[in-house]
Amino acid sequence: MSKTEILFTDAIKDAVYQSIKKDKKFFLMGEGVSDPSSMWGTIKGVSKKFGKSKTVEMPVAENGLIGVAIGSALNGSKVLINLQRVEFALYAFEQIINNAAKASYISRGKHNVPIVIRLVIGRGWGQGPEHGQSLENIFSAIPGLKVVIPAFPEDAKEMLISSIFDPNPVIFLEHRWLHYSKGKVENKFKIKKLSSFKKITNGSDLTLVANSINLLEAFRIAKLLRKYRIRLDLLNFCMPNPFDNNLLLKSVRKTRRIVSIDLSHKTLGLSSEIISTISDNKIKLKTFPIRLGLPFHPVPSSRGLVKNFYPSGKNILIAIRDALNISDKLFRKILNEYNKSTKKIPIDVPDPYFKGPF
Amino acid sequence: MNNLELISLYKSLYLIRHVEEMISKNYSKGQMRCPVHLSIGQEACATGLISNLKLTDKVFSNHRCHAHYLAKGGSLKKMLCEIYGKKNGCVGGVGGSMHLQDLDKGLVASIPIVSSSIGMATGNALYQKRRKSNEVTVIYLGDAALEEGIFFECANFAALHSLPIIFACENNMFSVYTNLKDRQLDSNFKKYADAYNISYKRLDGSKIDEVYKKTKSIINFVRKNKVPYFIQMDTYRFKEHCGPAVDDHLEYRDQKEVNYWKKKCPIEYAKKLMKRKKINEKKVETIQKNIEKFVIKEFKFAEKDKLPSYKDAERFVYV
Repeated sequence: MSKTEILFTDAIKDAVYQSIKKDKKFFLMGEGVSDPSSMWGTIKGVSKKFGKSKTVEMPVAENGLIGVAIGSALNGSKVLINLQRVEFALYAFEQIINNAAKASYISRGKHNVPIVIRLVIGRGWGQGPEHGQSLENIFSAIPGLKVVIPAFPEDAKEMLISSIFDPNPVIFLEHRWLHYSKGKVENKFKIKKLSSFKKITNGSDLTLVANSINLLEAFRIAKLLRKYRIRLDLLNFCMPNPFDNNLLLKSVRKTRRIVSIDLSHKTLGLSSEIISTISDNKIKLKTFPIRLGLPFHPVPSSRGLVKNFYPSGKNILIAIRDALNISDKLFRKILNEYNKSTKKIPIDVPDPYFKGPF
Repeated sequence: MNNLELISLYKSLYLIRHVEEMISKNYSKGQMRCPVHLSIGQEACATGLISNLKLTDKVFSNHRCHAHYLAKGGSLKKMLCEIYGKKNGCVGGVGGSMHLQDLDKGLVASIPIVSSSIGMATGNALYQKRRKSNEVTVIYLGDAALEEGIFFECANFAALHSLPIIFACENNMFSVYTNLKDRQLDSNFKKYADAYNISYKRLDGSKIDEVYKKTKSIINFVRKNKVPYFIQMDTYRFKEHCGPAVDDHLEYRDQKEVNYWKKKCPIEYAKKLMKRKKINEKKVETIQKNIEKFVIKEFKFAEKDKLPSYKDAERFVYV
């Protein structure tokens, strides 16, 4: 195992180039698949190097073209579709839900649809109501789809390769702010089994569940609390669909306390599923489960309006305080240290901490 | 078209007609417990074109898929078991009448949401092109499919990439109860093909000789030149949109129009052709009887076949 510290975007690029080498039938589709911005540099040079044998320009016709990808995939072609925003995929809900998600089921396994739809999600710089959604709970409500959400650069490469080589259709949700992060990434091509949860830190006091950009904040907090002998079992909820709850239940049976953070709206979000599963499995908690997430209104553009919109580090710390019944004195100390470690930055640009390295 | 070809076409036409009539007749027994969209009246659009295809050519269909499935050689036994919701159904009972497929025969998928299979079919043609294969893809669509965005998205893509795909449009003039007049400017679909510089041909979909002869050269053209083609076949469904009966009492169709098309019945038309070609009537009767015997046998099998186990319901969600 040899690892190199690289950018998240380069980790994606690595996955793409190595997948091209591994599978002759693999190709990329995208709106502007060969344009100079190259999806934040993640597919830079692919078109130049491999030409039309590996890239198919996608007219701005998401439903039809995802249908085309499905039709190619039925024959065994692996297709990576690159869309600049999750909202464009809404045009293709019909194909994604009716055909991609059901081809295997209807054909009794004779068809499979090995496509990956990379969708950029995220916040910042006034993206607004129709450029700032994540919709992971919506995609996760459909049997037959896989929903994969990387957080660290290491995830980006490993999970993208595993998604490309997965025979099922995968929705791959990439947060814009993660693109700028750095971390150690395995050099080699490796396919790993995708699972719903990945253990990030080990602890017996409380289970903290987060994904994507929220995981980075949660990771910072887990490290901070360690100094105060508060040990969190931090789980990366990296594949909400299909939902395998083994690691979650194991963790909660140990900690008997949980805080879960939604990337999307709290109401009807994925934390509802997390907490319901704990209840279904009759696990008695020591304190009430807590969930954090976005309020139930669209994402506004103005930085004035998003002031309390996203769960902050402080929100997470308060939730943990409530779950663990941390004394006011200790909490003030922790919060003080947290505030000192975080720089005062505007709410609409990424925290420098998110750059890593991780 | 020689006599042997005509007889072979008639066998396919009569099989489709008789199966559909039997479904219609037996539906009220309550054992075929899924929606059925019968192809009665539209048989020649399926048989005429598909008879010119090779086994390896691929067909994609829609909610009204029985005729396409049977014309492509799909197993009748598996089709009926599927409609009866039985274990030996072509997709094990999960799909019902609207999801017929027989991969061994090249009927890849039937998707019952209007236009939904056009994308997959175009993707199949893209695959054929990329693999430099000699196959062609046929996508059967109805007139209403031409109102959906995905048709235009795929027509653009097929033209742009010069894909070997035939848009086989069966214009039966109704979307459920709504007349084409209330949905589109006129009934000439050439304008849609012209928009993307796609070759176009309009055919009388009730005339088996016309459909067979013209589509033979079209298919050869598409195979040779690797280009898309749009075929408009005007036709008429004799039964209701969905179900075993007729719904003309609802008066959404002009009775004169109904009578006009019934006079053009594709089966009767084919019979006249055979008569003109002096094909022995007795021979035709024997053909029909043999088909009827075969169909009854398969219906009996489907009626007696077991229901699938509920345990199978959760299989194959993921590969």
